Amino acid sequence: MAWETVVGLEVHVQLLTRSKMFCGCSAAYGDPPNTNVCPVCLGLPGALPVPNERAVRLAVRAAFALGCAVHSRSIFARKNYFYPDLPKGYQISQFEEPLATGGRLEVVSPERGPFTVGIKRLHLEEDSGKSFHDRVPGMTAVDFNRSGVPLIEIVSEPDLRSPAEARAYLTALKQVLRWIEVSDCNMEEGSLRVDANLSVRRPGEPLGTRTEVKNVNSFSNVERALAFEQGRQIAVIEAGEQVEQRTMTFDAATGEVRPTRSKEIFSLALSGLAGFFSLPVDFIQYFLDACQVFFS
Amino acid sequence: MTDFRAAASAAAERIAACEAKGTHAFLAWSGEAMLEQARGLEAARADGPLAGAVVAVKDVIADRWFPTTCGSRILEGYRSPFEASAVRRLREAGALVAGKTNCDEFAMGSSTEYSAYGPTLNPVDPARVPGGSSGGSAAAVASGAVDMALGTETGGSVRQPAAFCGIVGIKPTYGRVSRYGLVAFGSSLDQIGSFGKDVASAARLLAAISGRDDRDSTTLDRVPLSEPGPAPTSLAGTVIGVPREYLPEGLHPGVRAACDRALKKLKELGAEIRDVSLPHTKYAIPTYYIVAPAEASSNLARYDGVRYGLREDGGLADVRAMYRKTRGAGFGTEVRRRIILGTYVLSAGYYEAYYGRAQRARERIRSDYAKVFAGGVHALFTPTAPTPAFRLGENLADPLQMYLSDIFVCTANLAGVPSLSLPIARDQGLPLGGQLIGAMEGESTIIRIAQALEAALEPTAEVR
Repeated sequence: MAWETVVGLEVHVQLLTRSKMFCGCSAAYGDPPNTNVCPVCLGLPGALPVPNERAVRLAVRAAFALGCAVHSRSIFARKNYFYPDLPKGYQISQFEEPLATGGRLEVVSPERGPFTVGIKRLHLEEDSGKSFHDRVPGMTAVDFNRSGVPLIEIVSEPDLRSPAEARAYLTALKQVLRWIEVSDCNMEEGSLRVDANLSVRRPGEPLGTRTEVKNVNSFSNVERALAFEQGRQIAVIEAGEQVEQRTMTFDAATGEVRPTRSKEIFSLALSGLAGFFSLPVDFIQYFLDACQVFFS
Repeated sequence: MTDFRAAASAAAERIAACEAKGTHAFLAWSGEAMLEQARGLEAARADGPLAGAVVAVKDVIADRWFPTTCGSRILEGYRSPFEASAVRRLREAGALVAGKTNCDEFAMGSSTEYSAYGPTLNPVDPARVPGGSSGGSAAAVASGAVDMALGTETGGSVRQPAAFCGIVGIKPTYGRVSRYGLVAFGSSLDQIGSFGKDVASAARLLAAISGRDDRDSTTLDRVPLSEPGPAPTSLAGTVIGVPREYLPEGLHPGVRAACDRALKKLKELGAEIRDVSLPHTKYAIPTYYIVAPAEASSNLARYDGVRYGLREDGGLADVRAMYRKTRGAGFGTEVRRRIILGTYVLSAGYYEAYYGRAQRARERIRSDYAKVFAGGVHALFTPTAPTPAFRLGENLADPLQMYLSDIFVCTANLAGVPSLSLPIARDQGLPLGGQLIGAMEGESTIIRIAQALEAALEPTAEVR
């Protein structure tokens, strides 16, 4: 009997701003390590974040392009976990009240022609620094130039039915985001990153247990990784075992997907914790800004 | 023209004398640094509202001139590359920064005994604590070593030590003073406050540091507070509420007598005294000890040994072992207790039961205040602390007893309203504080009432 594959994608996109999300440091890619840093993006004691208006505008523009409802009230929250490249011990992200929800993207499937992928939510957050495990023998080096670079996370509904459809969705999404000049979507430089959730089921049955595949660095590798994971999950179930919900990593050299130790989230998001701010979005202003792209 | 250098030298002598007595108000201070600042101010012909005033700064506030340790081993010797906005403003107003004052580690405590660098003694009675967490700042002012000091509050940490040391402490409205450079503890509660020998000097310091700051997006978009005027001689037309929950059965008899005397004075000044109720006061301590540790557990996550401060890697390649060792060795027991408590209440499965409920309780406490002030009350009067200063070591074995010393002060932080403490009497030589709580942005009202009361009272008179 046939299997049906269900895929949902979380896409992180760096925004085309000159400066970072919460400080005035340059957001440029490729500068010498730890040269674009300040007390805010290094998480020094006493430093406070101030949101970048340009980043909010770009995020709203992306939300409109994807047909989302942009909320007039949007709240930043903290996602707490320990990792050496996360200087504050938490990431500033959005949780309960994201910037935008409920959009859609038209995609042409190689298997079933044109169809619509739902966009569950689109929110703003900050990037982490970058860890290098191969620069200094026996040590990990961290570059904080990326720390605080503005990101939007675009979460699709689980509307994709094959690895090839996942690739088609990513291609369409990239076209839109580049056209509206929100991001250059350069996967090699990490300005577009994909986490893919995949599960399999018999047609008509409820959703199966999903795994999350991370660390995939090109659209073709997303397709390869998902094809591998799809085959692995089917084999597991056909062997009478159960798929374990966990995080997997893709090895481009072998084309395999393997379990990885995920970052432990030590505590839930602190929603709207001021020290911080809730961000009132001037709806009209941003609507005009978003429309300009299409009508001017 | 102010003689800045004379002010610096005189303060250096006073600080040296204070510290020679073993007060330990300071973690770092420097006569040289004061002289250098004085020369800079002279060259700039500074004549701001604080010209020549010598101010001490609590060690949780960043300054380039001195280390910023937060009273913790984990930041021993840490030097901030930037100065806090509040410190920059007081320098711009012509003040000299004498140094950094002792405090409970990361401002968590009510006696300054939780400093990793040893306790501060109360200048009024060295066998007693100065209160906390801003005990070093309170002691520095009470001993006469400095003219004024900056403290910080998350749950009463300016007002309670002001009461214990017999001086004035003001906690402004949430958002009144920039927190850029204040090391975060409980971000939805933290505010910088001021200490002075009298109401006018504490109010003057507060005015100098208040106002909108682009570096802190939580600051209120208002012009700075104005300088205090002369003390009013009449409070006719002023309605002062006395929340009955703050004068409970079994209250310390000295504290009760001092409050009765102060209320009598307020009445003589022409104020109308009105019995009011803040019915959700009983939830204040439990709410505070969920909200504050939850936020602290997040705010203190950055002290991980990776970038600055203490690192204990023990030669281990495992980053998790480094976190454990660094944080285990760098934080004291009270800070660890609160991080564990905070992490627990935020963890999956408990979040709603603890943090969610605490947020709702906090909303009720806030609305208690809003209702009372909407009902025509201009300010509330209560005792600041349930007892006079306790003895060193008295509450160390019992954290709950320590927490209860903030029972009358922490609601103002939960609600965000301004509040101050002024000395109203002494009981067997120990100072007692009276608290005035204002409506949101009502600093000038409570300052005016406090000035009138201060002038009418004899604040060092024995109450019984």
